[in-house]
Amino acid sequence: MNDLILTPNIDGADDFYAELLSLHEGLDKADSDALNARLVLVLANHIGNRATLTQALAAAALKEEV
Amino acid sequence: MNKIFEVPLYAYNRSPDQDASAPVRHKVAVIGAGPVGLAAAIDLAQQGIEVVVLDDNDKVSFGSRAICFAKRPLEILDRLGCGQPMVDKGVQWNMGKVFFDDRQVYDFNLLPEEGHARPAFINLQQYYFEEYLVDRVRELQADGAPIEIRGRNKVEAIGTHPDHVKLEVETPEGSYTIEAEWLIACDGAGSPTRRMLGKDFVGRVFEDNFLIADVIMDADFPTERWFWFDPPFNKGQSALLHKQPDGVWRIDLQLGWDIDKEREKRPENVIPRLKAMLGEDIEFELEWVSIYTFQCRRMEQFRHGRVLFAGDAAHQVSPFGARGANSGLQDTDNLVWKLKLVMEGKAPESLLDSYDIERVHGADENILNSSRSTDFITPKSEMSRILRDAVLDLSEHHEFARPLVNSGRLSVPCTYDGSPLNSADALDGPARTRPGSACPDAPLGDGFLLPKLADKFTLLTIDADAPDMIEEDGVEVTRLALSVKDDATLALKERYLGDNDSGVYLIRPDQHVAARRPSFDEPQIRAAIRRATGKE
Repeated sequence: MNDLILTPNIDGADDFYAELLSLHEGLDKADSDALNARLVLVLANHIGNRATLTQALAAAALKEEV
Repeated sequence: MNKIFEVPLYAYNRSPDQDASAPVRHKVAVIGAGPVGLAAAIDLAQQGIEVVVLDDNDKVSFGSRAICFAKRPLEILDRLGCGQPMVDKGVQWNMGKVFFDDRQVYDFNLLPEEGHARPAFINLQQYYFEEYLVDRVRELQADGAPIEIRGRNKVEAIGTHPDHVKLEVETPEGSYTIEAEWLIACDGAGSPTRRMLGKDFVGRVFEDNFLIADVIMDADFPTERWFWFDPPFNKGQSALLHKQPDGVWRIDLQLGWDIDKEREKRPENVIPRLKAMLGEDIEFELEWVSIYTFQCRRMEQFRHGRVLFAGDAAHQVSPFGARGANSGLQDTDNLVWKLKLVMEGKAPESLLDSYDIERVHGADENILNSSRSTDFITPKSEMSRILRDAVLDLSEHHEFARPLVNSGRLSVPCTYDGSPLNSADALDGPARTRPGSACPDAPLGDGFLLPKLADKFTLLTIDADAPDMIEEDGVEVTRLALSVKDDATLALKERYLGDNDSGVYLIRPDQHVAARRPSFDEPQIRAAIRRATGKE
């Protein structure tokens, strides 16, 4: 099964979110955008599976059917 | 009709202390008759320790202020003999809705765990909370307990000495001096005690203003917590609607930083804001309006010799997550049994340093959680807002994003991991009952576990043998013998044993676990008692 996980799956969600915010601290908007882009690519590579990535793209686009 | 917070509940009365030729020495003085000071005094008095509470006012808190009381404080109030009126009067709720922009993105049910005597939360105005505490004080007084509240007694100066403190107290009839062996300062975020002793209070200021309006209305909104991010009626800001008893609703509107507070507080400016939120047709009456800003900060140390700080006087958090009054009650719950043992000569004075260690740990946890909620509700940078809005957009479509939505992480008790009072965990049991944890409740047939834990140390044995009573260097420990068979729901086993067949827990008077083992081992339990009382 390579279905995209869309149920809660992060242990310590608040810790993760705080860490994500702290990564952006002190950056200007352009640097923050670039950081997010790199993060997307790093995570995509970790997922690897093409079908799952397509599902993730649709989920992020807020398309109803994923 | 006068509102309850306009009626003097502990009017000024001349005390014989004011006519004494030399300052009268009390056992404990408490400054501040708010929720925390009253809880401290009740705890002391019901254990036979003489206490006098001094307050510069003579009424309960003005306006509703703290409104959300969590399970752990309710359990503490049960121990103090006044949990029931709070729960009877309070509003219980489990459902919440989250709105973003012009739409509801999701709703939730807190689904509180079964098998607890008390609900996850109640909403109750602080003035009722204080009134019921004062009722409990009166009840104790009627039973002859050594407790006194002195209204309009304002402490103007404090002298600290190795074995007592000296207080200069201003009253409508002039000033007088008293002494106390110990002083507990519960005089709020602006603590005059802290200022008089010249102690620090540093932390982070949040540059934002919030309008609180308590309105009385006969509307059929459900008993739910509604939270709006960036709603059309308060663009770029947040809003909260929450129900209290007596048809009173708490409305919280974020206003931003650069505002004219006096202007915003005027009814002609408040009412249009509320109409935009509630709808033009809703009839309501304003009960209380206030504008607040907040900081997240704490004192470096909560103990300064014979002066102990508790509640907002020691630490201040943002209101998101209801961690103010709730954590203050956990402060005095932690403090009073230690103070009692020290005063009785059954524990070294250094035991009080563990109050500082454990409650500073609790304060840091509360500050961390409430700061994170505040950062989510009021993003401080463009990217922080973009990420926040992305979480909210995703939360409408995908369940995974909902745990990231943070409009306040509701107060749960702190586990004193790493406390010097804990003994090493000798039971491979559930994490939630490891040493340092507050005991979770469990059903026992018609009753519950927590009410069976008294104000003293308890040795809880579950399908294990042990003596009925142990005394170790003056500290008495009473056994509570249970079996997993006592709870048909098996919550007791699940919460305290896990895969084990038996367990022995040493439980402190504040219902936190000090030690646990699979079976009774006398030298080990005696060592654990010594450790839990600051003797190891």
